[in-house]
Amino acid sequence: MTKYETVIGLEIHAELQTASKMFCGCSADYASAPAANTNICPVCTALPGAMPVINARAVEQAVLVGMALNCTINPHNTFARKNYFYPDLPKGYQISQYELPIASEGWMDVPADLGEGTQRIRIRRAHLEEDTAKTFHRGDHALIDYNRAGVPLLEIVTEPDFRTVEAALAYATNVRAILRYLGVNSGDMEKGVLRFEANVSVRPIGSDELRTRTEIKNLNSFRALTRASAYEVERQIKLYESGGEVVQETLGWDEARGVTVSQRSKEHAHDYRYFPEPDLPPLQLAESFIESFRAHLPELPEAKTQRFLRDYGLKLQDAALLASERSLADYFEAVTAQTKDSAKVVCNWLTGEFMRQINDRALSVDSIPIPAAHLAQLIDLAFDKTVSGNTAKSVLVEMFQSGRAPKDIVEAQGLGQISNEGVLKEMVIKLIADNPKEVASYLGGKETLLQWFMGQVARATKGKADPQAVKQLLLDEFEKLRK
Amino acid sequence: MELSSLTLRSAQEMLRSKQISSVELTQAMLDRIRKIDPQIQAYVTVTEDVALEQARRADERLATSENVTPLTGIPFGVKDCLSTKGVRTTCSSKILENYVPQYNATVIDKLADSGAVMLGKHNMDEFGMGSSCENSAYFPTRNPWDLTRVPGGSSGGSAAAAAAGLGLFSIGEDTGGSVRMPAGFCNVTGLKPTYGRVSRYGLIALASSFDSIGPMAREVYDVAAVTEAIAGLDKRDSTSSTLPVPQYTQSLGKSVKGMKLGIPKEYFVAGMEAGVESAIHKAIQQFEALGMEIHEVSLPHTKYGLPVYYLILFAEASANLARFDGTRFGLSVRDGAEDVIDVYLRTRAAGFGDEVKRRIMLGAYTLSAGYYDAYYLKAQKVRTLLRQDFEQAFEQVDALIAPTCPTTAFKIGEKTADPLEMYLSDIYVTATNPAGIPSLAVPCGFSQGMPVGMQLMGKHFNEETLFQIGHAYQQVTDWHKQLPPLG
Amino acid sequence: MTQIIDTKTVKHVAFLVRMGISDGEAQSFSQQFSAIIDFFNLLNEVDTHDTPPATQVIHANMVLREDAAQPSMPREDFLKNAPESEEGYVKVSTVLGEE
Repeated sequence: MTKYETVIGLEIHAELQTASKMFCGCSADYASAPAANTNICPVCTALPGAMPVINARAVEQAVLVGMALNCTINPHNTFARKNYFYPDLPKGYQISQYELPIASEGWMDVPADLGEGTQRIRIRRAHLEEDTAKTFHRGDHALIDYNRAGVPLLEIVTEPDFRTVEAALAYATNVRAILRYLGVNSGDMEKGVLRFEANVSVRPIGSDELRTRTEIKNLNSFRALTRASAYEVERQIKLYESGGEVVQETLGWDEARGVTVSQRSKEHAHDYRYFPEPDLPPLQLAESFIESFRAHLPELPEAKTQRFLRDYGLKLQDAALLASERSLADYFEAVTAQTKDSAKVVCNWLTGEFMRQINDRALSVDSIPIPAAHLAQLIDLAFDKTVSGNTAKSVLVEMFQSGRAPKDIVEAQGLGQISNEGVLKEMVIKLIADNPKEVASYLGGKETLLQWFMGQVARATKGKADPQAVKQLLLDEFEKLRK
Repeated sequence: MELSSLTLRSAQEMLRSKQISSVELTQAMLDRIRKIDPQIQAYVTVTEDVALEQARRADERLATSENVTPLTGIPFGVKDCLSTKGVRTTCSSKILENYVPQYNATVIDKLADSGAVMLGKHNMDEFGMGSSCENSAYFPTRNPWDLTRVPGGSSGGSAAAAAAGLGLFSIGEDTGGSVRMPAGFCNVTGLKPTYGRVSRYGLIALASSFDSIGPMAREVYDVAAVTEAIAGLDKRDSTSSTLPVPQYTQSLGKSVKGMKLGIPKEYFVAGMEAGVESAIHKAIQQFEALGMEIHEVSLPHTKYGLPVYYLILFAEASANLARFDGTRFGLSVRDGAEDVIDVYLRTRAAGFGDEVKRRIMLGAYTLSAGYYDAYYLKAQKVRTLLRQDFEQAFEQVDALIAPTCPTTAFKIGEKTADPLEMYLSDIYVTATNPAGIPSLAVPCGFSQGMPVGMQLMGKHFNEETLFQIGHAYQQVTDWHKQLPPLG
Repeated sequence: MTQIIDTKTVKHVAFLVRMGISDGEAQSFSQQFSAIIDFFNLLNEVDTHDTPPATQVIHANMVLREDAAQPSMPREDFLKNAPESEEGYVKVSTVLGEE
């Protein structure tokens, strides 16, 4: 039986986080619009005579993304009209970039298919365009809301370089992280601000041919991306194995049934009749303008991961996790800078109990409710042995609940650890005096009784005694008795 | 007051010296429209209420002498392809028969700010597609000089209105001669400004890379004054120029002595009506008498101007007119339609006239897969050559002279059967638009009783020179003062 | 005439631009289109091997728009022109083959 290889190319449509739309001054924040058709003007509803004007911020964001994806930023780029009729497309054409996109020929490294190393994915282009209106189907009619029409989109297109679904997922995840790092996209998949389109084909291993591909459109989550791609790979292999042929077509993904479905519409053969948009002269970006953005480019996830490994001695997995979100990475560094304890301890806190609290409370790392100074203070309390590790964890929970500073919580609830040796020594001497039978038994060789003695102290102090200190005191006292 | 011969400049003086109020002038114009226009049909919509209200406000400005501009209180009409808030805007098409825009074109806002008074909207060839005004979905406009003849197109209503004294100036629009050709047919002065000089925002697009809004009036001074008011950068039009607008009326009166006028030899070949040719030659002699140097120049790609123009126009128009789909505004044929695609098909079939359908379909054809390089791209390449022709000519001369049309106004119905023959009447005026250069149409005589127009073409953003030459000509000729035989 | 645009092509193009046309119209358009396209073929005489296409009518710096949100136009004004609307939405017939 022939072994097949997966060939996937990915298109990512990312909405840009601008205040206004791509070609007009209407608010781009359609998600917060109070009602349908309340962020509209003659331009985005295509009233006769209205004309587009390019949003400078969208251009800047596209330049940043292009640079982050190692693309060439084209100083001369153009807009075109992509012509087709659909109720969600008010002008009857979409203004997009066709021949000369703003960014081209970039790359990203993703973990290699098997084992060690990385594989380089070529990014063909990234171009600016506008989003469509939203259509709501209601039986025999449809309702249109133009609030989303004209929202800026950046379409990022790879070459068909992915050989596994996992590689495509790794790439998509990284792109999302980068977009969030640059502050150009919230990454909020549920709101549809990121949409994927996978071009899938398969071929016998060892072959270089590009076989007929299918395009799966409108994939709105990583899960949909991986499931749909994997399904399509299997479907095509089965088709070839049974002597069939893959037909080039556009597919949709039926999440409920877990299958790809053909999207045949009346307009079978698309002929978009692209031509240069005469309402927009070529967009000329001066080299100095482009270069000024290099300085604005923040440290990206990959570089940050490497730095965390180098500077803080974290494990790769932890460094990558902390670096995956700019806000989390910044938080980590802020806490580390303010605590007496080590970066590794901070990392343990963040990747452990702290992350559990964030997840359990369905919070976002973008809006961590606890100031870095508070977490640093808590870690210091544990470091100073003012509280025990277990107590510190419960203080953290309280911090999430009340928002109060850890010191206040510890004081108010009397959670401070008894590390005063005098007090503890008195308790230990009294304990030994009160329990002669257990002492005799311990000294007789039943050393496991040490735990029992320690438990007695813990009970008496309600857990506030430093166990290490108690243990040492007990051992010291028993030693004296032996003599 | 003799309205039929009144110029913008003389009306300006009468308003400022309080010989007449804007309301009186406006009312007189409205009365004249009521009386004269039924035979000409220059207006699709007369906006009496708007006009009188604007006139009242203009009179307040004039009374206090505050914020008075050269256009304050001056009544005008505008081609029905400029979006006017609250005033029906049809493009003389069935598809926009009941469309009342929610916003004003920038030019309309600028005119309102200057205190000008809008009398109404002018008839045109549907969406600007035509050279005779016969392609209006409503009615053909007639030439005031001979009611059996066309006024030219597509700004036929605007030219006829200016010629018949139904407004002291008209705002026309020139995509490939649509201001100049009818100006020549109707004996008025009209400007196609440099592309980008006047904002297109709110102009219902025909061919976005050609469309130029320009004024038409009795004389060069009037046209210069209006151009000054409507030109300038508009942040809503990305193709509008950042160059400052000169004070055009100030440069009038300067001598043209020693300036160089070019005669493009390719324009003076067979096919020109004898009376047109002799009128142009007399005009050239007149310029010589004014001290201008006359040079023959060559624009070698002239014969390709027309196909370049039409190819690019069809392509751009096919996309520009896609928004007329019966969804958000305008005609929508829904009865019996099985789905939204069917609504599109029925709406556009019922809403567009034949010429519009032809151009949209041909535009789509020339852009479609497999034909783009041979047609659209080829045309854009030859366009570069057309431009270079003009650039080289303007290294030798200050302006070029040519007729606005090979013939005078033709009979209504004479050319409607053959679209290609109709296209050929634009042969002298189309090349300027792909090149983007300005061109001023000036009356220069008569042939068998019908007006002949010439055009003066200049360098990009060199309207001043054209006004200067045109004005000098009008100081020594009175063709532009001839009035059509109307009541 | 060198190039014939047959009625099948005319109908295909008509559908591309969503123009409903009858068979009779397709026939007359076919003849007219062939004549006009033939006229356009005049451009084939011109050698454009070294000529770039025109991309911009005038040489000017495009002014970009500052990213600031402006108020929306009133929805009632917009919907006033819509052939049909419902609950603040523009209403259209549904697209066949979609749900």
